Amino acid sequence: MYDTIIIGAGMSGLAAGIRLAHYNQRVCVLERHYTIGGLNSFYRLRGRDYDVGLHALTNFTPKGTRKGPLARLLRQLRFRWDEFKLAPQIESAIAFPDVRLRFGNEIELLISEVERAFPHQRDEFQRLLSKIVEYDDLDQDLYEQSTREILRETITDPLLTEMILCPLMWYGNARQNDMDFGQFCIMFRSIFLEGLARPLAGVRLILKNLVRRFRGLGGELKLRSGVREIHVEDGRATGVTLESGEDLSGRQVLSSAGWVETMRLCGEPSPVANQAAGRMSFVESISVLNCQPQEIGHNQTIVFYNDSDTFHWQQPATTCDLRTGVICSPNNFDYVEPDVKSKLPDGVMRITSIANFDRWSEMDEEDYQLQKLQWYDRAVASAVRFCADFRGHVIETDMFTPKTITRFTSHDNGAVYGAPNKRLDGRTHLKNLFICGTDQGFVGIVGAILSGISMANQHLLGEE
Amino acid sequence: MTPVEIRDVVLNILDEIAPDDDLTDIKDDVAFRDQLEMDSMDFLDIVMELRKRYRIQIPEEDYPQLASMESTVTYLEPLLKDTAKV
Repeated sequence: MYDTIIIGAGMSGLAAGIRLAHYNQRVCVLERHYTIGGLNSFYRLRGRDYDVGLHALTNFTPKGTRKGPLARLLRQLRFRWDEFKLAPQIESAIAFPDVRLRFGNEIELLISEVERAFPHQRDEFQRLLSKIVEYDDLDQDLYEQSTREILRETITDPLLTEMILCPLMWYGNARQNDMDFGQFCIMFRSIFLEGLARPLAGVRLILKNLVRRFRGLGGELKLRSGVREIHVEDGRATGVTLESGEDLSGRQVLSSAGWVETMRLCGEPSPVANQAAGRMSFVESISVLNCQPQEIGHNQTIVFYNDSDTFHWQQPATTCDLRTGVICSPNNFDYVEPDVKSKLPDGVMRITSIANFDRWSEMDEEDYQLQKLQWYDRAVASAVRFCADFRGHVIETDMFTPKTITRFTSHDNGAVYGAPNKRLDGRTHLKNLFICGTDQGFVGIVGAILSGISMANQHLLGEE
Repeated sequence: MTPVEIRDVVLNILDEIAPDDDLTDIKDDVAFRDQLEMDSMDFLDIVMELRKRYRIQIPEEDYPQLASMESTVTYLEPLLKDTAKV
């Protein structure tokens, strides 16, 4: 009998596991895939390491900062700042056809760029900043307001609105076209007011820290252990059946499987399941170069591009939508590690594009392989309009698709940011079943970890 | 435990919660919140650690008593006077 069974060994599930195991609970984390991480995972292919999921950790604050999400999660999980080995970004950009806005981990750069490119919007942008700083995280009504409506009242130049929305939607908006204002504020703070960073070794370093800590506290982690069913008796979850047929019983259950997916595991009829699940999924075209990107003139950490004055954030009818995308070079972080080589062995360019899950999942294997090659070429051709043309330097490629994302996350539709409607309190129809992770409301690495921490603290740490 | 030992225990808990903070010149009469920028999650952690280590329950209405080192030691003294330090 476990005190808590946690479904999913992603950032949120592992963080919750650490909190509970630290306070002497008997905890088991169950993961369907053969590796940990969920959306933020990693793999090895033909001798090279790759990250799935996020390009960077958002919410970065420098060592010594005591406020903000990163400082809070370090204290809650008892890590020292140095243990995550975070290197800040160099500089990023939002690139539209005639305007480019640079930004870094200090908001001053973005403010000066807005003043340069949109001098008539200077005061408007300051007003927007005040609204974001004043936003109260815990107000559900305010959270669900339309961001586009609020931006229309604040920013009068529609191009600036589109440029601000582009990176924030890309990095964490489950809803199509518009964005919840709460989510907008959270994303704005995490990217523009805090910042971007990455460990030299990638996301695996953070995951390995979490797993080591969890196991060190006596927590159990079972891989290749997908949950087939959550047992329900008298309005309570009593345990789970694994896909292998094995039964585990638990006093309480925390699920990072997603809202719709968790309801399905409980046997709840959900006729609208498919609409409730998110729709935004991606392909990522990865190129390994024979040089560092800086050697061919690409110095930026991340470039969010859009090839017209209007930014479209919706599931495409076609296989992919290449009008907008994200270009990330994991080489372009400010790695400073004494005594070890502080750069990645290969140059890497990751191009992310919007994709249609259904189109990708209905292909047969031969077609799937062929389409991957074709869309890789098209995605890269689209991206090099906004960065140095690296195509002559490519020595290895890979591509992950919505199918890959589903394999790692088990989320319906390969939905990267989960369902559009978040459950901020994490509660379900059962009094001892809670959800955490993307569908609870927080996204990104820091967001996911905090989701696990806060759900554990609020619901699972009390005495029975 | 004596007040000095209790102070040590609290210091040890704070050090575990915030390993990056330098606690050597902590001022006993100034609120933790102001010196260490602790939030409600951190206060919950102090309470949980005390429960874990010494099996003492601190009701939520007493949390304000844990505002500073001085008030915390004063508050814990009767609760821990018969408990040995671990």
